[in-house]
Amino acid sequence: MRKVYVKVTADFDPQGRIIPLCLTWEDGAQYFIDRVLDVRPAASMKAGGAGIRYTCRIQGREKYIWLEENRWFVEAKR
Amino acid sequence: MQRVILHSDCNNFYASVECLHRPEIRDKPVAVTGDAELRHGIVLAKNDIAKKYGVQTGEPIWAARQKCAGLVLVPANFPLYLRFSRLCRQIYLDYTDRVEPFGLDEAWLDVTGSARLLGDGRQIAQDIRRRIRYELGITVSIGVSYNKIFAKLGSDLKKPDAVSVLSKDNYKQRVWPLPAENLLYVGPATKRKLSAFGVHTIGAVANTPAKVLRAKFGKWGDILWCFANGLDTSPVAAFDACTPVKSIGNSTTAPRDLQTPEDIAVVYTVLADSVARRMREQGVWGRTVTICIRDNQLYSITRQCRMERYSDLTSDILHTAMDLFGRVYHWSHPVRSVGLSVSDLIPAAGWAQTDLFRDEHRRLRQERLNRSVDWLKSRFGSYCVRPAVLLTDETLSRFDPKSEHTIHPVGYFRR
Repeated sequence: MRKVYVKVTADFDPQGRIIPLCLTWEDGAQYFIDRVLDVRPAASMKAGGAGIRYTCRIQGREKYIWLEENRWFVEAKR
Repeated sequence: MQRVILHSDCNNFYASVECLHRPEIRDKPVAVTGDAELRHGIVLAKNDIAKKYGVQTGEPIWAARQKCAGLVLVPANFPLYLRFSRLCRQIYLDYTDRVEPFGLDEAWLDVTGSARLLGDGRQIAQDIRRRIRYELGITVSIGVSYNKIFAKLGSDLKKPDAVSVLSKDNYKQRVWPLPAENLLYVGPATKRKLSAFGVHTIGAVANTPAKVLRAKFGKWGDILWCFANGLDTSPVAAFDACTPVKSIGNSTTAPRDLQTPEDIAVVYTVLADSVARRMREQGVWGRTVTICIRDNQLYSITRQCRMERYSDLTSDILHTAMDLFGRVYHWSHPVRSVGLSVSDLIPAAGWAQTDLFRDEHRRLRQERLNRSVDWLKSRFGSYCVRPAVLLTDETLSRFDPKSEHTIHPVGYFRR
């Protein structure tokens, strides 16, 4: 597994919640996040890191996105 | 009421954080090291695999490599460790506000008041242990007991990722057989003295009459006896409690050996600037200047002297230190590292006794100069204004103890 930092567009609501809306992959491809299913602090043992983990539904599949301080990363296969 | 105290110790803290961030080295022997180029090349932490090869914290890199050929060396990344230390403390603070950090990777928690709400000490400890593993990806060992000393011993009993409970019912079986040096404040010298009269275990310390220990060690004898019998009553400090500063100091190992008084002047100028700026930031004046010198044979001396009056001027501190150095060091060997600290601190009152035989105008000018330079440095960084002497050798002067030095050693008896 590889740790890939990605560009994320997010919504900051007045209560201070941060909800990611869309992520842009290394090659420029955009993926819209259909729904955030869960938010909790968690470590990524596969990519190596820790932060706030968002469980998101993207194109019908569940994916994790981490907010590490002020950067977003995902676990990528190679 | 019996207290419930936890001591949480992050296992191989620096190495665990590095292994989390580099999955590819997790199954290899790993040592986190200082910068060898700057001659800070010692092992700061190692993982369990490296430990099996006998790699020890504090030994030079070459010695560690001899023991373990495939050792993976990772340079230390202190900002990252500070972040993980902060994240750990945030988790502790979910359970109690009485969290007393002991270095970056250890902390005591007094959860007496939370026990009714969140379960007994063991349950809270298990909860914290699980959360840290899940949320941060590193492991902790937690000791649960009714005083801080036994809680700390408990966190050493089982590693990694474990909880040990030492209660009034089981401490005689679990604590007393441990070697005396496991006790806080029993170092090599105390251990040697204890061994000399046949005391090798904590139980033996506990069963030695207190007056015998007192005769041998003075008031420390009583303290050790209390520690060994579980009678320590020191409280866990509240998280935001700040302890009064007793001294302010910085030290450095130079990138090359210091051969001449000019070299010494360069390094002391940087140290004095950092120390004096920190004093002015804290609003204190000091009187006692202490220097320590270590030569390249690793022989060190520490000497101190008093200034004529309390001061926070960079120039006063620097001149006192250089003067003291000139008197006590005779250049039998080149110098490897030096340190400078100021103690006997009082609050800066804003006024001072003037002196008929000193140029008070000069002093005022110095004060104004210090204030202006402090402001420039806080705005534009430590390197923006520098005394010309620092330009004579940039390899020696290019370090910034004030902003680089963020991790301080701590003692148990801080008040």
